Amino acid sequence: MSYESHHEADVHSLFDASIAARAALDAFLKLNPVKMIRNPVMFVVEVGSVLTTVLLFTRKAHTGGHFAFDLQVTLWLWFTVLFANFAEAMAEGRGKAQADSLRKAKAETMAHRMTDTGIEEVSSAMLFSGNLVKVSAGEIIPGDGEVIEGMAFVDESAITGESAPVVREAGGDMSAVTGGTRVLSDEIIIRITSNPGETFLDRMIALVEGAQRQKTPNEIALNILLAGLTIIFLLTTITLQPFAIYSGAPQSIFVLVSLLVCLIPTTIGGLLSAIGIAGMDRLVQYNVLATSGRAVEAAGDVDTLLLDKTGTITIGNRQAAEFIPAPGVSAEQLAEAAQLSSLSDETPEGRSIVVLAKERYGLRGRELSHRNAEFVPFSATTRMSGVDIDDRVIRKGSVDAIRQHLKEHGNGMPPLVREAVERVARSGGTPLVVAENGSALGVIYLKDIVKGGMRERFHQLRVMGIRTIMITGDNPLTAAAIAREAGVDDFLAEAKPQDKMDLIRREQAQGKLVAMTGDGTNDAPALAQADVGVAMSTGTQAAKEAGNMVDLDSNPTKLIEIVAIGKQLLMTRGALTTFSIANDIAKYFAIIPAMFATAFPVLSALNIMHLHSPQSAVLSAVIFNALIIIALIPLALRGVKYRPVSAAVLLQRNLLIYGLGGIIVPFIGIKLIDMAITALRIL
Amino acid sequence: MTANGWLQIAVFISAVLLCARPLGVYMAAVFERRRTWLDPVLVPVERLLYRCTSVSPEEEMRWTGYAGSMLIFSAVTLLLTYLIERLQQFLPLNPQHLGAVSPFLAWNTAVSFTTNTNWQAYTPESTMSYLTQMLGLATHNFWSAAVGIALAIAFIRGIARKEMKTLGNFWVDMTRAILWVLLPICVVFALVLTSQGVIQNLKPYTVAHMVRPQTRAKTVNGKAAPTAALTQTIAQGPVASQEAIKMLGTNGGGFFNANSAHPFENPTPLTNMLEMMAMFLIPAGLTVTLGEMTGSPRHGRAVLGAMLILWLIGVTVCYWAESQPNPLFHGVNQQTTALQAGGNMEGKEVRFGIADSALFATVTTDSSCGAVNSMHDSYMPLGGIVPLTNIMLGEVVFGGVGSGLYGMLIFVIVAVFIAGLMVGRTPEYLGNKIQAYDVQMAMLYLLIFPLIILGFSAVAVLTPHLGLPGITNPGPHGLSQILYAYSSAAGNNGSAFAGLNANTPWYNLSLGFAMFIGRFLMIVPMLALAGSLAAKKKVPESSGTFPVTTPLFTVLLTSVIVIVGALTFFPALSLGPILEHLLLHAGHSF
Repeated sequence: MSYESHHEADVHSLFDASIAARAALDAFLKLNPVKMIRNPVMFVVEVGSVLTTVLLFTRKAHTGGHFAFDLQVTLWLWFTVLFANFAEAMAEGRGKAQADSLRKAKAETMAHRMTDTGIEEVSSAMLFSGNLVKVSAGEIIPGDGEVIEGMAFVDESAITGESAPVVREAGGDMSAVTGGTRVLSDEIIIRITSNPGETFLDRMIALVEGAQRQKTPNEIALNILLAGLTIIFLLTTITLQPFAIYSGAPQSIFVLVSLLVCLIPTTIGGLLSAIGIAGMDRLVQYNVLATSGRAVEAAGDVDTLLLDKTGTITIGNRQAAEFIPAPGVSAEQLAEAAQLSSLSDETPEGRSIVVLAKERYGLRGRELSHRNAEFVPFSATTRMSGVDIDDRVIRKGSVDAIRQHLKEHGNGMPPLVREAVERVARSGGTPLVVAENGSALGVIYLKDIVKGGMRERFHQLRVMGIRTIMITGDNPLTAAAIAREAGVDDFLAEAKPQDKMDLIRREQAQGKLVAMTGDGTNDAPALAQADVGVAMSTGTQAAKEAGNMVDLDSNPTKLIEIVAIGKQLLMTRGALTTFSIANDIAKYFAIIPAMFATAFPVLSALNIMHLHSPQSAVLSAVIFNALIIIALIPLALRGVKYRPVSAAVLLQRNLLIYGLGGIIVPFIGIKLIDMAITALRIL
Repeated sequence: MTANGWLQIAVFISAVLLCARPLGVYMAAVFERRRTWLDPVLVPVERLLYRCTSVSPEEEMRWTGYAGSMLIFSAVTLLLTYLIERLQQFLPLNPQHLGAVSPFLAWNTAVSFTTNTNWQAYTPESTMSYLTQMLGLATHNFWSAAVGIALAIAFIRGIARKEMKTLGNFWVDMTRAILWVLLPICVVFALVLTSQGVIQNLKPYTVAHMVRPQTRAKTVNGKAAPTAALTQTIAQGPVASQEAIKMLGTNGGGFFNANSAHPFENPTPLTNMLEMMAMFLIPAGLTVTLGEMTGSPRHGRAVLGAMLILWLIGVTVCYWAESQPNPLFHGVNQQTTALQAGGNMEGKEVRFGIADSALFATVTTDSSCGAVNSMHDSYMPLGGIVPLTNIMLGEVVFGGVGSGLYGMLIFVIVAVFIAGLMVGRTPEYLGNKIQAYDVQMAMLYLLIFPLIILGFSAVAVLTPHLGLPGITNPGPHGLSQILYAYSSAAGNNGSAFAGLNANTPWYNLSLGFAMFIGRFLMIVPMLALAGSLAAKKKVPESSGTFPVTTPLFTVLLTSVIVIVGALTFFPALSLGPILEHLLLHAGHSF
């Protein structure tokens, strides 16, 4: 996936000094047990730390003269909690930094609210849904809304980062405006669609900051697993004391708490919320805002991608590629007529016809104004456009439309033209038929240009088990050809909004999760129905409200990256969970022999790391357990590397790295720490 | 270890695997109510039973109904057995005129047989009448095994079903498990056993006159009072019929105190082999049933693969440990030769030797059977750790009839959840998304087990008047005895580290509770999970789906079981058998 390049910048800013400093402070504030209890694993560590701290100051507990050991264990237990808090604070800090830049756009502005009596000046914070405001050139749009009158160029760079201004006009799919953007020209009247504090931007800021973060379904499930494991290890540790007493080797509370903290999954427990916040954050870096963490997670689960053909799979516009004349008509004749009919056709297709005629046949665009020319623009009812010059009536349009047109003149479509039409359609093109004075001149071959690299991407998606379905208004023949060329798995031709909706429902009925992009108001129901609905920022307010993500760049291809980010989020959780549990094996081999080595020297046979002394062994395990959290913060924030390969390959790879690695790494780490402790003589 | 020993082990497992597929496919047909060749005989019987009990066989139950029926059935039959034990002196078929069983022991035994544990805190031939053995205990051997199979089938249905609220009909599943699966095999098996010399009669005990009087040292009032024994009482009974279901239903409750070491229960090497096979037969077959009913035979094989790996590790360690020379016998020739077994023969039948004893011990604790043909208490510390660990892993290595499979599937779900995230999707198990509720139920199931074992054991080792007096060997071996007892009870195994004197009110009560909780409290979350799975939409499989059919999955599943089990019990084990082993090599014995 091509988003690897984004990572560079990400890594550089990973430990931004100011964010880190702020996070260090937050780590202490987060010690508040009311907040800690949300994270059962780390709460247990905190309780353990409090317990050892209290014991440290009641002299009885360390009569054995291990004060240095007890003190250091206690300190490192606190560090464990602080490191986990720091990880969360780091992730939040990075989110806040993003939110601040968004918030700048939200600076309070004055709005001209239209009332029955005239226009009044109010603060943008006083605008309610349904208010009408007038915004003139140079002014900031005071809130989210819809243009109901006028047209203007709007600078949306504050939100999208895109410097080119965009057109916003009443009616149609370009009517939505976002608060905080600036009107550059003209004057528009906007109907505000959100209440104070509930604007799109407000919600995004809250989400990015993690302030209103709710645990996602998968996070809840994982938390239950971790809590369950914690209870099991609590049980193991608590019952070990009776067994130790029975065996004549009772243990100090410090050692027992150390064992407990080392066994419970602190690594994933400490990093879990950071991973979630960072996932959301990563999405923001792609200029995609999600309305919930649930949506990001769902993106990883997507089974079916619905992709609009135009703009996603093909470059937006079709281009004229060939003139296919009817029998008895020369190619030049056809080209000339086609060019004439397209001269005032400002659509990209129209322009491409003029260009092709010029390139192939040297026909220059002529100035037609002096002639007695009357242009017939395209209309939804006739589905033709053309020109009447002198006595020439030239029309171009879809096959059906021209057939109707010919019929009116008592003519039919010549068989060879019909064949040409079919050939063009079969090869994925769009045939336009040109007619002059009621008889067909030939066919213009409009070709869809598939974007570069799409074939490979669809292949990658297929390997990942994701089916791509191309949505197009084209007829089935054309659609099939483009689908074949682009390498999508399936297509929905002649798609109407309802068809899209039905397709989503059908896929969902099979238990699949569907992702789609959309921008128009008629996309809204489908966006709402889809599990992941990405609305384009340029789209209507209705579309944005219906979807659960908004792409500020309005790039529909980004859906593929969104899926990858979702997967990366889940993978990071899984990898660190596996790593955390696998770590326990080494910790046992450090702590258990240390606990009983004094009473039963034979048990030092289990001390396979040959750790220096019982105290250094326990302390090394505790230190390793704390440091590994810090060491893995970058991984938690960046996410584990994701490659578009099948689940079987991914599993094998990640099991090797995080499973087997998770078993081996702590053996090495604990041994090294033990050597350092021994060398430094701090015990 | 000898080539002959390994050959026998190889023959055993090959025979089990050979039978697994046909039996598994047959069971799938039985529980999906498709045609089987026994239908002409059994369908009329089945219909008659439903008519007599007014069960409507087409009626499906939700998980709550299924669990409720199972609990009611178990409670009623438990009470029945308790009453039979308490009233046996008034009932027929009591040629030895055995008196009423004491309340604590009766409770313990009733729970024990209802829960498929067959923990026996008594000597059967001197405690239970023929009627009690047949009507009170052997019936439970069928019922509890059938309940286990029914529950496993309900769980499989949960996995396979899509957007359904029900799991099947408990009464139908149980009836079919008995009529189609347990009874036919038992009839054949019992006949084969009698052909080998297993007895089957209702005669009073035979009194044999000794060829030579034997002097027994007895202590009367603190003084040595040697008595000469001129006769020996040889217990009789309907053994073969009970032996068959004892093994096939992974019950394990012996007709005699010596269990499968007794020549009337297990007379020949052939019966020994068949009895071991019987323990694994249905559990192995159920993995095939799982594959058949979920439409993924390869998943069934992957699960079976994990079982095989864990079994092989167990039997290898146990066989190796028992074949080692005892380090305390300095200068004694302990080589394995044609004339001597070598290794540790204490507590083992000479008829079976080390290989078949180690294999039996592994198989009986892999499955939740608990029958023994040697005394686990007499094993070397590392030999004894195998049966203990097998039980502590939750008896999922083949496991009890039915219970082994559903226990294993809980581990499958946990494994899928932990590692499944690593493929970048919400973990899916055969199309079922594993969500918070499912994880909660799975963890609850996994939690209850160590809670009982470690909790009760911790109390036992700290109470000088309750738990400690039962210990017959001090030090780490005593801890092993207690850990083994509660593991065996909680895991519904029923075998004993025979040293522990468990027929005391404390042990009868606490072990009774351990058995009770270990069975029923674990079944409830398991069925809740099954109900949740059945109600789910099924996600179609794709190349992005977490693979549960590959060898890699088998390795993953095995690792999860070992790691979860090891992490939970390693500290306790390190003070028990591991410490004992290390001390033994340092010259201490207990």
